[in-house]
Amino acid sequence: MTVFEISAPAAPAPRARDGLLLRLLRQPSAAVGLTLLVLIIAMAASANLVFPDDPLDMVTQPFLWPGEDAAYPLGTDMLGRDIASGIFHGARVSLLIGAVATLVSLVIGVGTGALSGYYGGRLDAVLMRVTELFQTIPPFLFALAIVAILQPSIPTITVAIGITAWPSLARLVRAEVLKLRHGELVQASIALGASDLRIIVLHILPNTLAPVIVSASILVASAILTESSLAFLGLGDPNVVSWGGMVGAGREVLRTDWYVATIPGLAIVTAVLALNLLGDGLNDALNPKEAAR
Amino acid sequence: MARYLRRTIAQIAFVIIGIAIINFFLLRLAPGDAAQVMAGEAGSATPEYMAALRKQFGLDQPLYVQFFSYLKNVLTLNLGYSFRQGMPVSDLILQRLPATLLLMGTSIAFAVSIGGMLGLLAARQAGKLADTLISALALLFYATPVFWIGVMLVVVFSVLLDWLPVGGMASVEAGLTGLAYAADVGRHLILPATTLGLFYLAIYTRLMRASMLEVYGQDFVRTARAKGVRPRRIAVRHVLRNALLPIVTTLGVQLGSILGGAILVETVFAWPGLGRLAFEALFQRDLNLLLGILFCSSVVVVLVNLAVDLAYTALDPRIELS
Repeated sequence: MTVFEISAPAAPAPRARDGLLLRLLRQPSAAVGLTLLVLIIAMAASANLVFPDDPLDMVTQPFLWPGEDAAYPLGTDMLGRDIASGIFHGARVSLLIGAVATLVSLVIGVGTGALSGYYGGRLDAVLMRVTELFQTIPPFLFALAIVAILQPSIPTITVAIGITAWPSLARLVRAEVLKLRHGELVQASIALGASDLRIIVLHILPNTLAPVIVSASILVASAILTESSLAFLGLGDPNVVSWGGMVGAGREVLRTDWYVATIPGLAIVTAVLALNLLGDGLNDALNPKEAAR
Repeated sequence: MARYLRRTIAQIAFVIIGIAIINFFLLRLAPGDAAQVMAGEAGSATPEYMAALRKQFGLDQPLYVQFFSYLKNVLTLNLGYSFRQGMPVSDLILQRLPATLLLMGTSIAFAVSIGGMLGLLAARQAGKLADTLISALALLFYATPVFWIGVMLVVVFSVLLDWLPVGGMASVEAGLTGLAYAADVGRHLILPATTLGLFYLAIYTRLMRASMLEVYGQDFVRTARAKGVRPRRIAVRHVLRNALLPIVTTLGVQLGSILGGAILVETVFAWPGLGRLAFEALFQRDLNLLLGILFCSSVVVVLVNLAVDLAYTALDPRIELS
């Protein structure tokens, strides 16, 4: 039956002449965001090469201010740990948790939204009540309770962030699916006898991709914020270095050596800013009509 | 209206039962049960003593019996006893709630008023220098972790300049009363409220700008312009009033997240509220207390959203609750 397969989009979308990357780079804010993100990914990828030692080890005397010793450009903290090494290795942890937690949210959110929007009726009512419930519980407090109970480690932190961040995504996907559900594309597929799963996966979800990609980049940013906040409160994985944990440790020496808490914070701001800028840029590049307003 | 109330009550009931279920299973996930924790504290753990404790707390009952007794307790606002603090959980929460409400209320007022004003300014100057500056600033604050803003404000205003207190809610040793006490609390409130407010200020600035620009594009604004209404009057009377609705919606949606931010801010500034209590519970592994706080804050979110719905009808008479 593949002969009759319908693969044209529901409404003939205005064909973009240039690739997405080119359209992105043409916007200054998105270009800045993308550049910063590439920089942070490069830091994460090269962390083991540039700083092969464990960033949690003492390497030299404590409280070296940034610039005081050329071997430790960002200085050392109260335990003589190299801050620059912590920033590089911390990038790995932040990006890893941010990306995987977002993946968890995507699976739950897109799944719930698609089922809810496609089948409607009682299933929709039940799934939306559950979504509302998860939206009501303060997400950070919820993640905090989960991590505290399961003991902090990279997997538990990731799962906790993932299962507290999906509701907005579920609502978004549901709204998009509802728009397509009674469109000609889906009606034609039903008439051809396509299975529900095939219709959802092949015809509906690809058409909801643009807004989902935009929210995913924002979700990664907020996952990084949540992870650093948890680590700041002492709920980070004790075996790895985390930017939020570095700020938390630096608080104790704030009066005399405020750089210890300042530098990792700047790293968090840079990462989150990069992802937000990229999200804004993607939004404009993927929805040219919206952006023109 | 009656239908609306019935639906809302059903929704509240669903949320309460849902959170009770989640809490109950989270407690089951924790390593060790209440009897083990308490026996560990008492320092003696003979099997007979443990069995007696389990019987006393109903831990020897089947899971569903335990769940229904837990649900009954929650519904009668009996959230358990905090052995660490030596007080019922509900008393502890009620005792700490006012400080958190004061902090959140001040932050929200700050974020909405200043954020709204900046957004209005940016929308009226769209594309010009002021707009670019305001938008860039909003973007920056939107990306800054709340706890780090707090730490940096302490560095600047308490450590370097020594203008404001580092933490706490009042100068205990001063023994102030009346107006002097209120002024003292106000001084202690400035840094925490600013810290919590800045992130949401960024959100409201962006939202207000987008919302105002959208209303500016509508026909009735063009009509007002054609009539020769002055730009300032158009901005305030015609555009601002219609642009306020999304702000109120977001306020309701964001409340849970503001509560989460309050935990961080209260920890940084030793502000004696719910967040600080949650932090203490966390470190004393006082799960009853932690989950009690989770439960109560969820209920607060539901109630505030109810208030937001009612505020809608006041702002826009065309909206009917159904």
